[in-house]
Amino acid sequence: MTERLDDVDPAVLLDGASAPLPSSLHERFVARADDEGLLDVAYTTIDTRIGPLLLAASPRGLLRVAFALEGFDAVVAELADSVSPRVLRAPGRLDAAARQVDGYLDGTVAAFDLPLDLQLARGFRRDVLQHLRTIPYGRTESYTVAARAAGRPAAVRAAASACSHNPIPLVIPCHRVVRSDGSIGAYRGGAALKRDLLEMESAA
Amino acid sequence: MTAARATSARRGSRPPFEQVVEEHGPTVMRVCRAILDPVDAEDAWIDTFVSAMRAYPELQPDSNVRGWLVTIAHNRAVDVLRAARRRPVPTERVPDQHLTTPQVTDGADGRDELRAALDALAPKQRTAVVYRHLGDLPYPEIAQAMGTSEAAARRNVSDGIARLRTRLRKDRP
Repeated sequence: MTERLDDVDPAVLLDGASAPLPSSLHERFVARADDEGLLDVAYTTIDTRIGPLLLAASPRGLLRVAFALEGFDAVVAELADSVSPRVLRAPGRLDAAARQVDGYLDGTVAAFDLPLDLQLARGFRRDVLQHLRTIPYGRTESYTVAARAAGRPAAVRAAASACSHNPIPLVIPCHRVVRSDGSIGAYRGGAALKRDLLEMESAA
Repeated sequence: MTAARATSARRGSRPPFEQVVEEHGPTVMRVCRAILDPVDAEDAWIDTFVSAMRAYPELQPDSNVRGWLVTIAHNRAVDVLRAARRRPVPTERVPDQHLTTPQVTDGADGRDELRAALDALAPKQRTAVVYRHLGDLPYPEIAQAMGTSEAAARRNVSDGIARLRTRLRKDRP
């Protein structure tokens, strides 16, 4: 290599491409950022039987569950905008959530036991989400019933909108709310997935 | 945090910090490695991104992120080097050996020789060369970061490169 140094312009040598950074370096950085209280949003992606999911959490709890069709890059950018730009890929904080979501989809977990951070939902939408958490596994109710239970019986549309904007689907079971006529209704992960989940729960 | 969040929303959007690390991580490592051995360079790389992440919500959305990171990394690396020089020299070392002779070598890729040669430059020249050729900063930004004119920045880089070339030739066995 010494020959190279003789004739080659040092500037060319300096510009040389560097090897990819080791993943252990990123892990050490994430651990330091977390220790110093800088990790406002941690996220990871997991593979499940329904495809990849993105999970994101603040120090207070799970913030967001996203389906692939939402576009993970867009979801992460939206978290940076609406929560904090201090966002890192940091799977450690999502370990428990990942285990439980996976278990739920495989039929081994019927109820989630996770701290949730509902800051992405405000006002009535948040009230609706709080109510949804009380609908048991395997049961369904109508948007009309959900609106009444959340304290605004006339706000059926707003209740439906709260469900379709649920930031933490699967864990907050908005899929258990269906139309009064018995048809399935909209779902962030697609109507087919909603039907799949309801069938899975009713078969259990 | 709430205040920072409100400020950030007012000022407009910033990419997630993960994206900043992905995009600029290799450049920051080049800067750290130009000045430090591989082990210290990793620590300086981590320090750089931790301190950048702390300040990130306050950064103006249209800021030059790479220039900002490169200057943080350079300053951090120089601090580490200064601290290392204050540590006593191990006794088994030949007394007149250069104090910054790396204890961890990077193999035969020429980085050790290059680092020693960079280290022998005048601080202004080294900083300018690191900014230009490792941080890939344009001259106006180098001038701004170093508080000099653009002409002086160009001169520091070209003089530094000339001295590097001479030194690397001389060091050839």
